[in-house]
Amino acid sequence: MKDKSINILNFIGLGFFEPAIRLASGEETKKNLVALFKKIVLPILSVGLFLLLWSAGSSHLYNIEKEFRIEKAFNERGEAAARLERSCIDSGSKDCQITTLPSPSQVWVAYKSLLADHASISAKKDAFAEKVAATNVKRAEQGLDAITYTGRPSFVDQIFTSLKTVFAGFLLALFIAVPIGIMLGLSESLRSSVNWLIQILKPVSPVVWLLLVSMIVNTLGKNSDGDSSFTISFISVGLCAMWATLVNTSMGVSSVDKDYINVAKVLQLNIGQKVFKIILPSSFPLIFTGLRITLSVAWMVLIAIELLAQSPGLGSFVWEEFQNGANDSNSKIIVAMFVIGIIGFLLDRIMLTIQKFVTFTEET
Amino acid sequence: METLENSKVRRSENGLFEDKYMLDITQLTKIYPTPKGDYVVLDDLDLKVKHEEFISIIGHSGCGKSTLLTMIAGLNPISRGTIVANNQTIKGPGPDRGVIFQSPSLLPWMTAYDNVMLGVKQVFGHGTKKDRDDIVKYYLSKVGLEDAMYKKAKDLSQGMQQRVGIARAFALKPKVLLLDEPFGMLDSLTRGELQDVLIEVWNQEKITAIMITHDVDESIFLADRVIMMTSGPRAKVGDILEIDFERPRLRKDVLDHPDYYKYREHLINFLEH
Repeated sequence: MKDKSINILNFIGLGFFEPAIRLASGEETKKNLVALFKKIVLPILSVGLFLLLWSAGSSHLYNIEKEFRIEKAFNERGEAAARLERSCIDSGSKDCQITTLPSPSQVWVAYKSLLADHASISAKKDAFAEKVAATNVKRAEQGLDAITYTGRPSFVDQIFTSLKTVFAGFLLALFIAVPIGIMLGLSESLRSSVNWLIQILKPVSPVVWLLLVSMIVNTLGKNSDGDSSFTISFISVGLCAMWATLVNTSMGVSSVDKDYINVAKVLQLNIGQKVFKIILPSSFPLIFTGLRITLSVAWMVLIAIELLAQSPGLGSFVWEEFQNGANDSNSKIIVAMFVIGIIGFLLDRIMLTIQKFVTFTEET
Repeated sequence: METLENSKVRRSENGLFEDKYMLDITQLTKIYPTPKGDYVVLDDLDLKVKHEEFISIIGHSGCGKSTLLTMIAGLNPISRGTIVANNQTIKGPGPDRGVIFQSPSLLPWMTAYDNVMLGVKQVFGHGTKKDRDDIVKYYLSKVGLEDAMYKKAKDLSQGMQQRVGIARAFALKPKVLLLDEPFGMLDSLTRGELQDVLIEVWNQEKITAIMITHDVDESIFLADRVIMMTSGPRAKVGDILEIDFERPRLRKDVLDHPDYYKYREHLINFLEH
C-alpha cells in the first residue's frame, strides 16, 4: 500500500511527498526527516520569503507614489490641498486610489472576487438557459439556431477558452510537425533542401505569425460570417509552437542507432515496418521532448496572440483589465499571471507523465 | 527457378565446387578513398569455408576483421572481388546470413520474445502463428531465457541481451552465421557462460559460422579453424590453424588436452610478430 502510493506519487511528479509517507510509516526517521525538510519545508520557506519580499516591495512602491502625489498637491495647490490628499489616500476612497504593484493580500482579494464573479455569472447563465429552454425547443423545430447566452464571460470561462485554443493549436502542430519531421528525418536530401526555410521561419515572432495567418484566414473566410478570431489564434499558436517538434522529430528519426538500422537491414524489413517497428519507437523520447517544448511554447505565445487577435481568453482578459484601469485591475492581472504560470506548469507535468507512459528509457 | 538451375549447372561445368564450400571469398578488396589517396583495408583476400564449419578470425585491432564480416553480411559495399554464399553471389544483407553484433542490438522497447519474433515473422511469414510462436519459444529456452521471455530488452543484463541475440540469430535458420566479437563487451565469467550457450546451440544446428574475436582461448575452444589476419593496411590471411579437437567439446577437456598449449603458443606467436 505504502510502496504503491509512493510509486504513484513519483509517477505523477509529486515525488516530494515520499518522505512524508515514509515518515508516517515510521521508516528511517532521521533520514526521512532530513528529506522532508529538504523537499517540503525548504520550498515552503522560500514561498514565504517570496511573499515577504513582494509585499515589502509593493508597500515601498505604494509609498513612493503616495509621497509623489502629496508633494504634487502641495506644490500646485498649497498645504491644505496636500493634507486633504493625504487623508483621502489614507481613507482608501476610490477617488484617490493609488495604482501600483498590488500587494499579496490585494491579489488574494481580487482572486476571491473573480471566483465570486464566476459564480454569479454561472448562476445568470443557468437562469438564462432555463428561461430560453422552451423557446429553443420551438426554434429547433422551426430550424432556427438556438438562443445562447451572450453576456460577459467570467475569468474561469476565459481559462477554458484559452485551454481550448492551446489544445487546438497543439494538435495542429502535432499533425503538421510529426509527419513532416519523420519525412525530413528519413531523407537527407529533403532535409538539406528545406533546412534554410526551417531556420528562417523558426525565429519569427508570434506576432508576425498572427498577422500572416490573419491575412490568409480573412481572405479565405470572406464568405462565411462566423467569428474567425478563434481560427486565427489557434492556427497562429500551432505555427509558432510546432518548430521544436519538427526539429526534434527529424533529429530523432535521422539519428536512430546504427545497430537498429543494421538489424532492419539484415531482417530486410520493408519501409513501413522499418518506420513503425524501429525508427518511431527509438525516436519517441526525442519526439516527446519536442512535443513538451511545443506545448509550453504554445501556452506562452497564446497569451500574446489572444491579446492581439482579440479572441477571448486569458490574454484578452489581461489586456481588458489593463485598459480598464479599475482599482483592482492590477491585482486581477497578477492573479491572471499566477493562473497562467500554474496552468503552464501543470500542462508540462501532464506531458511528462504521458511521456513516461509511452516511451522507453534506456538505462544509463 | 530455371535460371537458378542453369546457373548451378554452369557452375558445375566450370569446375567450381558446388556443394563443398558454403562460403567462397575470392580476391576480396576493400578500399576507402581518403583525401590522401586510397586506403586499402583488405587486399585480394581469399577464404573458403566448408559446410558446417566453425571458423574464427583473429587479428589485431584495425586489421579489417570487422570490415570483412560486414561485407559478408552485406552491410558494407565490396570494392573488388566476390563473395559467394550458398552458391549465390551476395548483393546486400539478407536473413540467410544471420549476424550477432558486438552490442546485442536488441530493440530495447520490445520484449525478448518480440525481438526474436520480429525476425521470425520476416523469415517464416508463410508458416502458422503457432509455428512461429514455437520457434521463438524453443530458441529462447535453448539460451536459458524461458523465465525472462516477456521482459523488456532494456531490463535485461548485457549477458542476457546477448543470449537473446544468439536466439534471434539461430531462430532465423540462416545458412551462415556471422559473429562480430559477440562477447567482447562482457566480463570474463559471463563470456565463458555464453560461449557454452553458443556452442551448445551450434552443436545441434551446425550452421556454418564465422566469428571475429580478440580472444585466443575463445577461438581455440570454439573453432575448427582459426584464420589469422595480418595487420592492416592491405590485410590478408596470414596463417591458418586447424584445431583438431573432437566435437562436442567440453571446456575442461579442451583445457586439459596436450595440444591446447601448442595451439595457443602458435596463435600468440603469430600475433606478437
